[in-house]
Amino acid sequence: MIPAVSAAGIHKRFGSTHALRGVELNLLPGRCLGLVGRNGAGKSTLVSILSGIVPPDAGAVRFDGQPAPSLGDVAAWRARIATVFQHSMVVPGLTVAENVFLGRQPRRGPGPLGLVDWRRMRAQARTIMADWGFDVAADTPCGSLTVEQRQVVEITRALAAGTRCLLLDEPTAALERGGVRRLFDRVRQLREAGVAILYISHHLEEVFEICTDVAVLRDGELVLAAPMTEVGKEDLVTAMVGSPERAGPAAPAPPPALLAFLPGGPIPPDPLRGETTPPNPPEAPDLVVNEVTAATAGTLLSGVSLTVRGGEPVGLTGLRGSGATTLARIVAGAAAPDAGEVRLDDRLIRPGDRAAALRAGIGYIPEDRQAEGFVPLLGAAENITMTITERISRAGLVGPKRREQRAAPLARRLSLVSAGLGQPVRELSGGNQQKVTVARALASDPALIVAITPTRGVDVASKELLLAELDRITRQTGASLLLASDELDDLVICDRVLVLVRGEIFTEFTKPPFDREALIAATEGLGVR
Amino acid sequence: MSEIKDNLAALTADVESALTRRRSRSAAAISWLREAALLPVLVVLIVVGAVLNSHFLTVSNLTGIGQQISALGVVVVGESLILLIGGMDLSLEATYGLAPMVAAWLIVPAASFGAGTMLNPYLGILILLAVGVAVGFANGLLIVKGRLNGFIVTLGMTILLAGIQDGIVKGQSPFGLPGPFGYLGSADVGAIPVSLIVAALIFVVAGLFLRYHRLGRAIYAIGGNREAARAAGIKVNRVRIGVYVAGSVLAAIGGLMEAGRVSSVASTQGYGEGIIFAVFAAAVIGGVSLQGGRGNMVGAASGVILLGVVQNILDLENAPNYWIDAIDGAVILVALILARVIGGEASAE
Repeated sequence: MIPAVSAAGIHKRFGSTHALRGVELNLLPGRCLGLVGRNGAGKSTLVSILSGIVPPDAGAVRFDGQPAPSLGDVAAWRARIATVFQHSMVVPGLTVAENVFLGRQPRRGPGPLGLVDWRRMRAQARTIMADWGFDVAADTPCGSLTVEQRQVVEITRALAAGTRCLLLDEPTAALERGGVRRLFDRVRQLREAGVAILYISHHLEEVFEICTDVAVLRDGELVLAAPMTEVGKEDLVTAMVGSPERAGPAAPAPPPALLAFLPGGPIPPDPLRGETTPPNPPEAPDLVVNEVTAATAGTLLSGVSLTVRGGEPVGLTGLRGSGATTLARIVAGAAAPDAGEVRLDDRLIRPGDRAAALRAGIGYIPEDRQAEGFVPLLGAAENITMTITERISRAGLVGPKRREQRAAPLARRLSLVSAGLGQPVRELSGGNQQKVTVARALASDPALIVAITPTRGVDVASKELLLAELDRITRQTGASLLLASDELDDLVICDRVLVLVRGEIFTEFTKPPFDREALIAATEGLGVR
Repeated sequence: MSEIKDNLAALTADVESALTRRRSRSAAAISWLREAALLPVLVVLIVVGAVLNSHFLTVSNLTGIGQQISALGVVVVGESLILLIGGMDLSLEATYGLAPMVAAWLIVPAASFGAGTMLNPYLGILILLAVGVAVGFANGLLIVKGRLNGFIVTLGMTILLAGIQDGIVKGQSPFGLPGPFGYLGSADVGAIPVSLIVAALIFVVAGLFLRYHRLGRAIYAIGGNREAARAAGIKVNRVRIGVYVAGSVLAAIGGLMEAGRVSSVASTQGYGEGIIFAVFAAAVIGGVSLQGGRGNMVGAASGVILLGVVQNILDLENAPNYWIDAIDGAVILVALILARVIGGEASAE
C-alpha cells in the first residue's frame, strides 16, 4: 500500500541543536500511528515539517507517493495533511461554517469579484458535519464553543478540504474525560473510513487505546516503530528514556514506577538526594475554607468548605467545570469568590489578592504556565525569584548575581536544564518552563502550596521528578499542599483526595493508595456518597 | 533505585546543558549587537555632519544639540517606562504643555498674560509637578481600574488638556518667566546646559532603577507577562498606576525645561507642536518595544540623540523650510528600517 505520508531521511538543525537526525516515518491510510517521546525529543519539529511550516534541512516528505507541495503553497499542503494543534486555531469571531471554509469559501461567480456564497457555505458545512455525525450548529460563533467543539470544527475543516490525513497534536490535553471518549470514537470512525492519522501524546494509555501503530522519538532519532500489538508499555518507556547500554553500565531499565499509575501511596523522603530531612519540620498553619461560593464562566461553586491541616497534602479533583480548579485559584488568591472566606492560621486572607496570599505564605503553581507561569523574556533566575524580590533586595535594589545565588539551589534540585540561569525562559523547553514555574512557587518557602495540574504537558520522567520534589519539599518543610488536578497520577502524593462534582464536594478518599476506578467513577458523580 | 534515576536524570541534564550552552553563546552575541544597533548609525551621522559643516563638531553646537534634546529626552524616559510596562500614553505631549502653562499662568503678572495671582516661582514648580501627578493618576485610574483602552483614554486626555492649556490663557503665551522657574531650561554650568545634565541624570537613574530596583524589574515582568507577574505576587495595578504617574511627572519636567529654554510658554507647546511623534520615534528607534517588556534606557537615549543630531544637521544645512518636516519624517523612517535590519525583530516591534 502506498503510504499517505512518508518522510524519508529527515534532518533538521536549529543552530547547533540537531533536532531531527534522519527520521523515517510512514503513515498508512486507515491506520493510526502514535508518536511518543520525551519533551525535546523532536516531536514538535517533526509536526512542523509534516505540516509544511518549516522545511527539512535534508530528506523529503511525500504524500501518496508524490513529492510534497512547495512550502509556500499553503492550500495545496492543507489538502494533503491537516494538523489539529494543541492550541485551538479557530477564529473565535467567525461562525463554524466560516471557520470550516476559512480562506476557501464557496463563491458566487468567478474571479476576484466573486462574492461569498453564504447559503452554500452553511449547507456544505452542515452536510459534512452530518456525514460524520458531528453535532455543532453551522452558524454558531466559534467563540462560544467548548474546547471539544472547536476541535470538531478543526477536524471538519480538514475533511472539507479533502484531506485524508490528520495530524493530532496532544488532542486530549484540554478535554475532560467524556470529551476524550468522544474524540476516540471519532478517531476510530475516521480510521475505518480510510483516513491516516498521526496521534501525538504524552499519555501512553491513550496511545495504547487508540493507535494501531506506534513510533518513538528520542533525541531526534526514531528509535522504535512497530504495530501496537507487538510492544508493551515497558518497551515504550525504555525506548523513550534510553536503553541501559546507552545510559551507562550502572543504569538498569527504568523503574516500573514510571510505567503506570502508582498504587504505592506517597513517595518516601529520599536521603540520597543530598539534603537531610530536619528532625522536626516546623508546625504549619491550618488552611480553612469557609462556604466559598463563586460563579464564573462554566463553573459554579456552591458553598464549599474544607480544612487542610498543617503539613497535610490534600488532592482536589473533578471534571472540567466541576470547580476543583476554581477553588484552588480562590485559595491562592488568584481569583475572587462571590462569597465565603479563606483563612490560613486563622487569619483572613483578602479575597482575590494574590500578593496578600503570598505574604500570608501561600505559594501558587498556576494551571496554565504560558499565561501565568513565567515572563518569557526574563531569565530563569529572575522568574524563580519573582516571588521573593522584597526579601532579597536591599533598599529595593537587587542585582542579577544575587538572584542567581538564590535561584541556583532550586534549579539544581529540580534538574532545570538551561544555558545558565540568565537565559530567557522563552528559550527553554516546555518541561523546563514548568520547572521554573514550580521553582518560583517554592522559592518563597510557602506554608501552603497550591498546585494546579503541575505536571501537564511534561514528559514522564520530569513528571515523576516534579511530583517527588513537591512531595519531598512539603514533607521536609512541613508545608501543606493543595493539589488540584484531573490527572489522577498526580494525586499519589496526597494523603487525602476530595472529589468535586458540579461545584460541590461529592466525596472524599482518605486512605491511599486510591483506587483509580473508584476515583474516576466519583468524578462522574457515581459511587457511594 | 532512586539513586539510579537521579544519575540518569543528571546525565541527560548535563548533555542537554552543554548543548543549550553552545546555542546560547551565539544568542548572547546577537543580543549585544541589538543593544549597540544604533551606534554605527550614530557614528555615520556624526561623520556626515562633520563633513557637511565645519561648525558641526564645535563645543557650542554640541551643547546646543544637548539643550535642544534634553526636554524631549526626559519625556522619552517617561514614555519608555509606560511602554515597558505594556501601556501607552499619548497625553504626555499635552502634559508637557499644560503643566508649565498652569504654573506660568499663576506666577507671571497679568501684563505678561498671567492670571494675576503672581505666586512664588518655587510654588509654581510644585504646582507643575502636581499637575503631572494629577494627570498621570487620572490616566492610570481610568486605564487600570476603569479598564479602558489606553490609546483612547490618553487621546481624549490629550485633547482635554491641550484645550485647557489654550483656554486658561485665551490662546496667549505667558512670558517673562522669573529666574528660578526658567533656571532648569536656560542656565549653564560652565559650558554645559543644566538641562542636559539633569536629563542625563534622569536617564542614568531611570536606567539603574530599571536594572537593579525591584520595582524596575517588576515593570519588565508586568510588561512581559502581566498575569505571570500577578501570580508571582507583584502588585500589578499599583505599579501600573505608579508608572503612569511617573511618566506624566517626567513630561511636566520636560515641559519646564522647554519653557525655560524659550523663556515663555507658548499655547502650542506640546500638543500644538505634535512632539509625541518624536517621543514615540525616539523610543522605538532605540529598541523599546510597543508590546511591552523589552527595551532599555541606553537604547532610548541613543534614539533621542539620533533624532537631535539629524535635526541639527538639517538646521545647519539650512534645509528648505517648507521641506523640513518631510525630510525629518523620511529620516525617522530610514532610522527605523536600519534599526530593524541591524537589530533584528527586537528593535522595531
